[in-house]
Amino acid sequence: MNHFPLALRHLHREWRAGELKVLAMALIIAVASVTSVNFFTSRIHQALAGQANELLGGDLVYLSDRAIKAQRVARATELGLQSATTVEFPTMVLAGERNQLVALKAVSAGYPLRGQNRTAPRLFAADAAVTGGPAPGTVWGGSRLLTILGVDVGEKITVGNIDLKVAAVLTSEPDQSEGVLLNIAPRLLMHTDDLPDTGLIQPASRVVYRLLLAGDAEAIGQIRQEWQPGLRPGESLLDVQDARPEVRTALKRGEHFLALAALVSVLLAGAAVAMATRRFISRHLDNCAIMRCLGAEQAMISRLYLIQMAVLGLLASVVGIFVGYLAQWGLMLFLAPLAGIELPAPSLWPVALGLITGMVTLLGFAVPPILQLKNVPTLRVLRRDLGGLQANALSAYGIGILAFMVLVLFQAQNLKLAVAIVAGLLLVLLMLALVAGGLLLLLRPLRKKGGAAWRFGVVNISRRSGHSLVQMVGFGVGLMALLLLAVVRGDLLSEWENRLPADAPNRFLINIQPDQLEDVRDFLRAEGVEPPLLYPMVRARLEQINGKAIVPDELKTDRAKRLVAREFNLSWAEAVQSGNAVVSGSWWQPGDYGKAIISVEQSLAKELGLGLGDTLTYNVAGELFTAEISSLRRINWESFKANFFVVAPPGLLDKYPVNYITGFYLPAEQHAVLNRMVQQFPNIMVLDVATILNQVRDIIEQVIMAVEYVFIFTVLAGLMVMYATIHATLDERIREAAVLRTLGARRSQLLSSIMLEYTGLGLLSGLVGAIAAGAIGMVIAKQVFDLAYLPGPALWLSGMLIGAVGVGVAGTLGTRFVLNQPPLKTLRGA
Amino acid sequence: MTAEIVVNTQNLHKRVMSPEGELTLLQGVDLSIAAGETVAIVGASGSGKSTLLGLLAGLDEPTEGQVSIAGQDLFALDEDGRARLRGEKVGFVFQAFQLLPNLTALENVMLPLELAGRHDARQVAEEVLQRVALAERASHYPKQLSGGEQQRVAIARAFAPHPQVLFADEPTGNLDRRTGERIIDLLFQLNAEQGTTLVLVTHDPHLAARCQRQLELDEGQLQMELEPS
Repeated sequence: MNHFPLALRHLHREWRAGELKVLAMALIIAVASVTSVNFFTSRIHQALAGQANELLGGDLVYLSDRAIKAQRVARATELGLQSATTVEFPTMVLAGERNQLVALKAVSAGYPLRGQNRTAPRLFAADAAVTGGPAPGTVWGGSRLLTILGVDVGEKITVGNIDLKVAAVLTSEPDQSEGVLLNIAPRLLMHTDDLPDTGLIQPASRVVYRLLLAGDAEAIGQIRQEWQPGLRPGESLLDVQDARPEVRTALKRGEHFLALAALVSVLLAGAAVAMATRRFISRHLDNCAIMRCLGAEQAMISRLYLIQMAVLGLLASVVGIFVGYLAQWGLMLFLAPLAGIELPAPSLWPVALGLITGMVTLLGFAVPPILQLKNVPTLRVLRRDLGGLQANALSAYGIGILAFMVLVLFQAQNLKLAVAIVAGLLLVLLMLALVAGGLLLLLRPLRKKGGAAWRFGVVNISRRSGHSLVQMVGFGVGLMALLLLAVVRGDLLSEWENRLPADAPNRFLINIQPDQLEDVRDFLRAEGVEPPLLYPMVRARLEQINGKAIVPDELKTDRAKRLVAREFNLSWAEAVQSGNAVVSGSWWQPGDYGKAIISVEQSLAKELGLGLGDTLTYNVAGELFTAEISSLRRINWESFKANFFVVAPPGLLDKYPVNYITGFYLPAEQHAVLNRMVQQFPNIMVLDVATILNQVRDIIEQVIMAVEYVFIFTVLAGLMVMYATIHATLDERIREAAVLRTLGARRSQLLSSIMLEYTGLGLLSGLVGAIAAGAIGMVIAKQVFDLAYLPGPALWLSGMLIGAVGVGVAGTLGTRFVLNQPPLKTLRGA
Repeated sequence: MTAEIVVNTQNLHKRVMSPEGELTLLQGVDLSIAAGETVAIVGASGSGKSTLLGLLAGLDEPTEGQVSIAGQDLFALDEDGRARLRGEKVGFVFQAFQLLPNLTALENVMLPLELAGRHDARQVAEEVLQRVALAERASHYPKQLSGGEQQRVAIARAFAPHPQVLFADEPTGNLDRRTGERIIDLLFQLNAEQGTTLVLVTHDPHLAARCQRQLELDEGQLQMELEPS
């Protein structure tokens, strides 16, 4: 028999009666919050990634040591991508009597595809952002180069066989930072059309060709998929995550924060649906018994409910997705101008995720307990005391918890985060069970004391232990989620912001010669800048590991190949630099100075497969030296301080050619200091990382803003859980209040007993929720965000306070109308 | 005339475990009820009336003994089989009415017909509601109806699928005397019209007296049959 029409009629009737509205609302809010978070995340993600791509000049860069083949450009054009090419190599340029080695970069029309160059109309004048690069026949040079060559805007520079006019002073390139510390030579920018006439490119020239691509994320992905497998040595594909570790960290962390917010919404969704289901079931016990009395088979009842749930889930999910989209869209209206970013259209993924979330949540949390309805004893129609379902909590909610874990994995795309959340949830459940059990033990001896009212109350709580536990679980999970986002999130975000203080170094001085150290310090002091620490730097090439020559092709990863292909900057230091921490081995003592030992950064060690005791052989200006790894360090790369992969103790590297590097904070209004510095010390290269720094700061700020907004939805979902929890036991409460009033309880007595009960429940659930939120916060801070977080009594206190007040008020308001119902009506309806 | 036996029990026992040990609720009940008969099961509270009704309707399982409805051994069937049999042959009227609160009066009457897959459910239900004089209240919910009206809906629901046997458990227990009498009139009227076998549990001697036979239960044992007064 086809039960579909009957099921639909039943669904319609149940809906009309208001029975399913709490369930549907819980589901709609759940799906809406997950969907809006994901719409939002996907848009913010696209926007942030796009913004970060400015640091690369494009969304994807193909790098080669040979000229870019025309078919690659053609393929990109075919996929609707924009493209631009750059050609980069070191060469000498002349101006009158003077000459200088430059890092020449020839760029095609359209460069840069992402971000902008900044130029000044003449030396040391104010700069501004400009679109595109130099026109054919012209060049842009940095102020340091122009000062060395003694030319200004309008004069000519000889590049190979041709003379090119200086059209502007280049102050910043969007993609300058990539490997910039190695580019001691100053930059000169020209147009690719002029390149053949220079005659500079010879078959043996060391040239780096780049093809910059930008456009649709799908097409970019397609290119990556097509080209990645066929790359030969000398070719690579780069995106911003490869190029900028600071930006990668910021983006990843931002995504994790948003994933956390979305996850908590999923958790709340499950809790709300489970609570709403509880009420649905208690109301349907009789219905099922009657239907069985009227001839319905168990399978038929299961099928009827299953169809109803599936249809309800589908409808609620669709509505939820729509609401989620609207909410996200409204949010964007006022967030986009604040964030100062143009947001790309959202992807379709959140729609699918919303649907999956809705269905999995409903199927996991609602269907298993509902299917147990078929087991209701038919005799219940004669004897009402029979069968309350002896529902096995594990079988009823085990599937729900499993379903939740699947959703978490799906949503988190981060195992550690998912495990932390699920473990936290189980911790809450366990603690709540213990607390509830302990509470009942405590109450037992109290049963015999006090007056009649007291005894009744105590006995009542014990009798309703299951029901109290349900409420505590609902409130506890809700409060845990809210606290996790409210308090822990705030602490984590401010910890993150503090990582990048306002005075983080934004200028680096490179190539300071040993005999200039004092002069540079004096100069800065005279300019009112506190002289920073100067770090020695020795350039060296890694030749052997454990006495065995390195074969780049044998290295597994591209990054490893790139790392060994270029020169290392080795440094020495007495003490561990701030922002570094030794993670294994030990730092040297004064007695070790001059010994052939080194400390290596841990990610480099991992990439090259190095461990303590391994030896590295370096080539410094033709001379080899070997040192043993005595410690591994972790570096906080986000600090924007000068950091070194490899550090030696003092006395080992002193004999080699050395120059010094430093980073310091220079306020924008003191920018002129640098112009005077370049004039006084022409060999020193000034590197401006303010752009990158601001970029990272922008990303952090926008992510924080996004998290704050996403939090609103989570709060809504949390309130829904509270609402559903209060409703879950409303029927029992109504009946009880009616009985008590019949027995003569005054309205005020009932009200204060309800208030006391909810406040007590809130206090306990708040404490448990806070402890769990703190524990989860600590784990994810360390494991996922790489930040330090220590929960304190403030969190526990606020948990209890929020719980007691929030649950107390909400519970009292939610059940107050119970007191206004005429008892007879309630009892007759029962 | 030997009428067809519709309800039959043999050596029916029901025992349950209680904290004080085994408790005997029914002890060796043998009865047979012929088609079209009206039978009252009477007895004091706790005499086992409701237990017997539950077993006759296959809502509960006996510890020992047999029950057959229309020749079908109830406990040779599984629970689903008994549900099917109830759907086809048995109707119920309960003391607490047992209407589904979320369904209107009409929908409550339609329910057993819908569960049986009848396509004329609405039409039949409307006719039966008309018959119990509630046509104009068809779209009301149970809580909007008086007790007597609710019981009339329940009676309509019970008679709508034309059951062979109708079990009624204290059908007037929740009603005042006058309403109760009207309900009983209706019950007997429909019973006569449809030729249904009526098995009525009650402790009301007045109501029991209207049945053709009275079976008295005392401490789980069937006493001598009382002649109708």
